[in-house]
Amino acid sequence: MNILLFLAPASIGLGALGLLAFFWTMRSGQYDDPKGDAERILYDHLEDRPPPDPAGKTDAALK
Amino acid sequence: MSAGLALHRDLEAFVRRDDAGRGQLDLLVSGARCAGCISKIEKAVRDLPGVEAARLNLTTGKLAVELAGQDTAPQRVLETVEGLGYRACLFDPGEAAAAQDREGRELALALGVAGFGAGNVMMFTVPAWAGLFGQELNASTLTVMYWLAAIVATPCALFAGGPFFRSAWASLKRGRANMDVPISIGVILTLIVSFSETILGGRHAYFDAAVTLLFLLLIGRYLDHRLRAGARSAARDLLALQTPVAIRLVDGVERGVPVAEVKVGDRLVVAPGDRIPVDGDVEIGCSEIDNALITGETALAAVGPGVRLSAGALNLTGRLVMTATARSEDSTLAAIARLMEAGAQTRSAYVRLADKAAALYVPLVHTAAALTFFGGWALGLGPREALLRAAAVLIVTCPCALGLAVPAVQVAASSRLFRGGVLVKSGAALERLAEVDHVVFDKTGVLTQGRPALIGAPAHLVRLAAPLARASRHPLARALAAEAGLGLVAEACVETPGQGVEGLIDGRRARLGRAAFVGVDDADARETELWFGFEGDVKIRFVFADSLRPDAAGTVAALRRLGLSVEILSGDLPSPVAEVAEAVGVTAWRAALTPFDKVATIEALTVQARKVLMVGDGLNDAAALAKAHASMAPGAAVDAAQNAADLVFTGEDLRAVVEAIETAREARRRALENFGFSALYNLVATPAAMAGLINPFVAALAMSGSSIVVLLNAARPRLGRRPR
Repeated sequence: MNILLFLAPASIGLGALGLLAFFWTMRSGQYDDPKGDAERILYDHLEDRPPPDPAGKTDAALK
Repeated sequence: MSAGLALHRDLEAFVRRDDAGRGQLDLLVSGARCAGCISKIEKAVRDLPGVEAARLNLTTGKLAVELAGQDTAPQRVLETVEGLGYRACLFDPGEAAAAQDREGRELALALGVAGFGAGNVMMFTVPAWAGLFGQELNASTLTVMYWLAAIVATPCALFAGGPFFRSAWASLKRGRANMDVPISIGVILTLIVSFSETILGGRHAYFDAAVTLLFLLLIGRYLDHRLRAGARSAARDLLALQTPVAIRLVDGVERGVPVAEVKVGDRLVVAPGDRIPVDGDVEIGCSEIDNALITGETALAAVGPGVRLSAGALNLTGRLVMTATARSEDSTLAAIARLMEAGAQTRSAYVRLADKAAALYVPLVHTAAALTFFGGWALGLGPREALLRAAAVLIVTCPCALGLAVPAVQVAASSRLFRGGVLVKSGAALERLAEVDHVVFDKTGVLTQGRPALIGAPAHLVRLAAPLARASRHPLARALAAEAGLGLVAEACVETPGQGVEGLIDGRRARLGRAAFVGVDDADARETELWFGFEGDVKIRFVFADSLRPDAAGTVAALRRLGLSVEILSGDLPSPVAEVAEAVGVTAWRAALTPFDKVATIEALTVQARKVLMVGDGLNDAAALAKAHASMAPGAAVDAAQNAADLVFTGEDLRAVVEAIETAREARRRALENFGFSALYNLVATPAAMAGLINPFVAALAMSGSSIVVLLNAARPRLGRRPR
């Protein structure tokens, strides 16, 4: 049973890692312009990172 | 647009400045489709002096521009984008749009957390279930499992339940109970009971049920939100249609001013291709006006000094100087916008199917739970066991099936309609559409194609006139050119506003235009014809008409078969409306209606307890679309009409209206079936829970089982297919 003490936290940790990654993509505005992102990768000179005004800032301004 | 410098200060109101004087400017750009468009627009705007950054969001059409200082006029940015051939307008990002964004993000985060929780809590509860069936799991291990489940489930449930808790609280404060109240009470009570059982070393803890319940409900909630997110704020786009800048003439100098600042009596200049900024009278100049958006009239109106103009109409051919007779807020367009707002408000009072079900369900379930607790206690169960059974009642009755019943059906119905070219903006729209019993059609652009087409002209005559037609931007000439296809363009063309175009074809002087312009003395000359002739030669007449959509009559007949009555309300003149009405077989029609008449007619029908479906495409229909019980607009309709409408059909087929109604009715039937199933399930599960026959495994099974049945019923493939 002692193996549980290692395995349970490990698997929850891995799941939480995925969850954190999802939070990060959400907050950094990676779902804000799916159509634009699909087109932007076609040209090298186009900025293909999310815009510098992340969602977090907008949220703070609204509160 | 005229001189840039004079406009420098006027649009400052649209720029948001921070303390350092750096500005942020938002433009709504339409027409951008691909990486090439992004590249062109961003580069051109970035190259302007004083612009630090420009970023186009292709999904929302929003171009965010950062200005370094005071020295760049917003007007320059606007002109630059328009110069590239895209329609652009300044806009003020409203609170409403931002709030909707935030709601969607919150739901997505809650869904992510609930999914994580529901998945990981299984690790500990599945062994616990095994323990329930006498497998190798002693009491202390069971308790360890429950504690581990609690550590995962509790924070997840509290976070993922946030949207429900907040909505339940808001509803309770207003003295009402929506579906979120039993959900919130159920989740919180389940967590409390599970904790107390775990501490006391009991065998029943429902941590997994609490999170799984939220996960399933959030799926429904998120689907519903995605449906609504497609709808844009109607008022915002209507305002975008309004020219934000009017050109005021003061002592012979043209100056741009925000439309809101135009005063009665101001002299304004309207260039060809611009929209009339406010209501007013023509002072100098002749032109032709396209009133289609305002009144639905297909014929262009020739205007000259003294003629009254309505805000929003399109000036086609000549430069006009007009005197404002109303301020922007008092203009026709603003009045329509206010009517739309009022319509949208009455509509939001509509009680949705799920809320009606909740009104029935909430008191029933809570009474049952309270009965179980007090009844069990009175019958000598002891408070702990009584509370456990009451919690079991709340868990097994928890409205997973109910919460999923409607959104799942609506998503299935909307995606089916989407494949058929019909966009559904909200689930409530489908519910309202299922209830309609009377259909009101606009004529122009709905029953008809909405653009003039040449009728009955021999091909060789069309070829003869085509070179001149290609040189003109006039809608009738364009229809002629479209008929002729590609070819040569006449030389040395001169267009006389409101009259016609003159040019050289193979060296011969020719004219195309009004009868008088071409040199024909015709007393009953009409707006829907063009004359063509070489100098000193025979004159030829081309007649245009707005042709009927091929399936208009069939659609009307099909609607009748569904038991709906059909009526035509048009802003056009009586004779063309009567013609169309007869062709499609409609006896009830009214012509020459203002936008306000249309709203009044819809209101009168509503008072008679009729549920009206309005199908319209023009600005003049927008208010009626917002007011009607349900509404549809074709994809070619103006933005404002598309925004006011619940459904937009993109194809050429009017049959989409019939299909949408059939699908909506089928979806309603399906939703009611799901409610029936939920009721049946609760009838079995509640007594079982009261009798203490439910353990965590049975609860989990029953809960997901009922949800899956509801989902499968929603996805049953017959949905949306035509019966018979």
